[in-house]
Amino acid sequence: MSDTKKKLIGFGKTLVKQIGEKKNPHVDVPIRSLSNINFNPKKKMLEMGSNTSRRFFFNVAHVRKFVQTTEAAAVAKELLEADKHLSLRQTFYKIKRTIPGTNINIVDEQQESNEAIEDLELITGEPREKLNINANKNGSVAGKVIIEDRGDTIDWSRLGSGGWAIPSNVENIKFKKVNAKFIIYMEKAAEWETLHEDKIWNKLNCIIMCSQGQATRGVRRLLKRLNEEFKLPVYVLVDGDPWGVYIYSVIKYGSISLAHMSDSLAIPSARLIGLTATDVEKYGLKRHLIKFKEIDKKRINQVSNYAWFRDKPEWQKEFNRWKKLGGKVELAALTSNGLSFMSEHYLPDKIRKKDLMD
Amino acid sequence: MSDGEIAQKMSKGLREISVAEFFEKNRHLLGFDNPSKALLTVIKEAVDNSLDACEDAGILPEVTVRITQKSEDRFKIVVQDNGPGIIKEKIPRVFGKLLYGSKFYKLCQSRGQQGIGISAAVLYSQLTTGKPVIIRSRISKNKVPHEFHLRIDTTKNEPHIVKDVKYEGSFPDHGIYIEMEIEGSFKRGKRSVDEYIKQTALANPSSKISYRNPYKEKFYYPRIINQLPRKAKSIKPHPFGVELGVFERMAKGTHARSIAGFMSTDFSRVGLDTAKKICRIAKVNPSTPSHALGHAELEKIWRNLQKAKLMKPPLDCLSPISHAVLEKAVLKDTKAEFVASITRPPSVYRGNPFGIEVCIGYGGELPNEKSADIIRIANRVPLIHEASACAITKAIKDVDWRHYRVEHNNGVPTGPILILVHMYSTWIPYTSEGKEAIDAYPEISKEIKLAVQDCGRKLARFLAGKRKRQMEKKRHSLFEKYIPELAISLENLSGEKKQKIISDLQKVIKKPVVEGV
Repeated sequence: MSDTKKKLIGFGKTLVKQIGEKKNPHVDVPIRSLSNINFNPKKKMLEMGSNTSRRFFFNVAHVRKFVQTTEAAAVAKELLEADKHLSLRQTFYKIKRTIPGTNINIVDEQQESNEAIEDLELITGEPREKLNINANKNGSVAGKVIIEDRGDTIDWSRLGSGGWAIPSNVENIKFKKVNAKFIIYMEKAAEWETLHEDKIWNKLNCIIMCSQGQATRGVRRLLKRLNEEFKLPVYVLVDGDPWGVYIYSVIKYGSISLAHMSDSLAIPSARLIGLTATDVEKYGLKRHLIKFKEIDKKRINQVSNYAWFRDKPEWQKEFNRWKKLGGKVELAALTSNGLSFMSEHYLPDKIRKKDLMD
Repeated sequence: MSDGEIAQKMSKGLREISVAEFFEKNRHLLGFDNPSKALLTVIKEAVDNSLDACEDAGILPEVTVRITQKSEDRFKIVVQDNGPGIIKEKIPRVFGKLLYGSKFYKLCQSRGQQGIGISAAVLYSQLTTGKPVIIRSRISKNKVPHEFHLRIDTTKNEPHIVKDVKYEGSFPDHGIYIEMEIEGSFKRGKRSVDEYIKQTALANPSSKISYRNPYKEKFYYPRIINQLPRKAKSIKPHPFGVELGVFERMAKGTHARSIAGFMSTDFSRVGLDTAKKICRIAKVNPSTPSHALGHAELEKIWRNLQKAKLMKPPLDCLSPISHAVLEKAVLKDTKAEFVASITRPPSVYRGNPFGIEVCIGYGGELPNEKSADIIRIANRVPLIHEASACAITKAIKDVDWRHYRVEHNNGVPTGPILILVHMYSTWIPYTSEGKEAIDAYPEISKEIKLAVQDCGRKLARFLAGKRKRQMEKKRHSLFEKYIPELAISLENLSGEKKQKIISDLQKVIKKPVVEGV
């Protein structure tokens, strides 16, 4: 029997024992919020603190989440027994049912089942992938790399315009040959497609990778494995705004909601390649500034106050430069300097000059 | 024109006015200002008399009231009681002469206070319909009932006997039957006769009341306790409640031989020594006969008497309904799910002893979605009109109901609430002769407020408990719904049987407080 399955059964048995002893059944769940997150300056990553909240079944405010979590555990156990995988969306439908004789659904929205699964990860200490629950695949990669996945050999340089679609679980991939000096990760699929069209991975001898918005766990695990197993530096390319900075921050230090998995996800050596506030001046992008909205200004203040940015003078300078500019710049704006400006000038220049932020 | 001539001329307009004229001009003071109020007043006077007579004779009252509509604005009213009856010789004066009664010079907690009551009703009947009233009376099983047809000679204020016969029909062993025809109008609602009868039954739980209204609807209010209230004792007036004019009138009519003797025998709480001391301060010889004293001297004595240190009047002369009995009555009438009540210890305003009783009911058949039902009772008589001028209503509005977690509108609580307030005293200070609103003396308002607050606190505790029970029930039903679902998950996870988990969880839910640990 797998460890994961044993842990799920143990979770159930603990509750049954409490009930048998006529106790109010309860489970301690680590708190997943900024208040329970510490930045470990030595490891350079976010860590979950030791604060837990005790969740009771006989508590009007807890009962719903309590049952959602046990239900998620039951679904995971069933998946492990059948050796099948479900997506988060499918798991939502598996958990969703109406309590007979009422109009109460166990879950109403996917957000609820997603949170129940995250709680279950914390309770069992097992990542979602090991519970056989996957996110939607969302990400592409290209480069001179050959891998083996479920018995198929795949060459990332010979997959046409789409590149290889990164699955949500990359744990079982075998790297056969890796010919690259670094990885560029970007937040936008559009920029990835342009760079792929320009075959930048061939010109600069690198791997290019993207997902849409925040990097999904599969993408982050793939980055982490390449970084760890092949010592490839990771350069992050995002829009010039606080949201872009946070995407970089998550790749480098880990995220608040998955702080418990920082060890397997965070890449402390990752660098920000762009867009920086100085780029705006240097590449004549000022005319493309989009004025900050209130929410953007608030986010800058939030991000600049995170412990892992607060004590870095160069980052504080960077945030101040953004505040002075008063607006954000999207990656797409670089196109105004030429169709292949990014692959022919911007990225090669930056890498050559080591113009990277840490 | 010389001075004398004017006076001569003016004196031609002076003459003695008849009681009928007096009545006509003052009918609003006496409760006959409009047809619907007149109908209520006539019934009120008759029923008050019946209940008083029964209690005085130590008989558990049984009163029957019937109203029959004769034409659009004419009603026949019949009130019958099982009281001691009245001897034949006295009947004409009791019913046919205004201001004739036994209560006028005596201070005793009783329903009527001025003796204007029933004869005013007779006069009203006569003035509006011209018909004589019919009185039947029987004083014992061994005597034949007597029947009178009476009018009032309005110029002389004397009864005029139209018919005087033995009554041959069936009649209870003892009691009075009175039948009058009057002009009036029958209204429904809060100020109706229906409501008055209902409240009278509440305020007089030892009586049995049968009532039929003009719509031929019958109401029967059974007896709630088989015991008459304790008899109220009559007391002498306390000097602090006696005005100068009354003091002088009493001084002239006293049997005492000296002014000091008069003060010590005709008043409560004035000893002979105190009386003599007051005379000395007023520079009047204590042994002067009081009828020999002039206005100036009497006033000096009265003023010093008001300043003297005197004990409170005796308080044991009063007779409350008793809060426990009130609760029973309210419960029976409203099926309230909660009642609270209090009888405050007697207190004094202006030398008059008085007491306050309050009973609050909640829920049951009391209507929701509107203001609380306020029942005002003075010496066991419900007050129907002039609610807003009354000390009781004012005191209730003065209570901060938010403290008791009760919604209110303009100070009056809302919801299925009944507030009954009874003031009993040797002298109820009405705001007018209509006797419908109690004057708000500070001492009275304070006592009412304290009593209402006391019951309010009990109500608040009940409501808090009720809310908690409702919450608890809601909680339980929520958990009941989730228990099978949790059991399904845990059966899948642990292999333990679903039924066992369900039954164990149901044992845990029974434990009183399971929130937290």
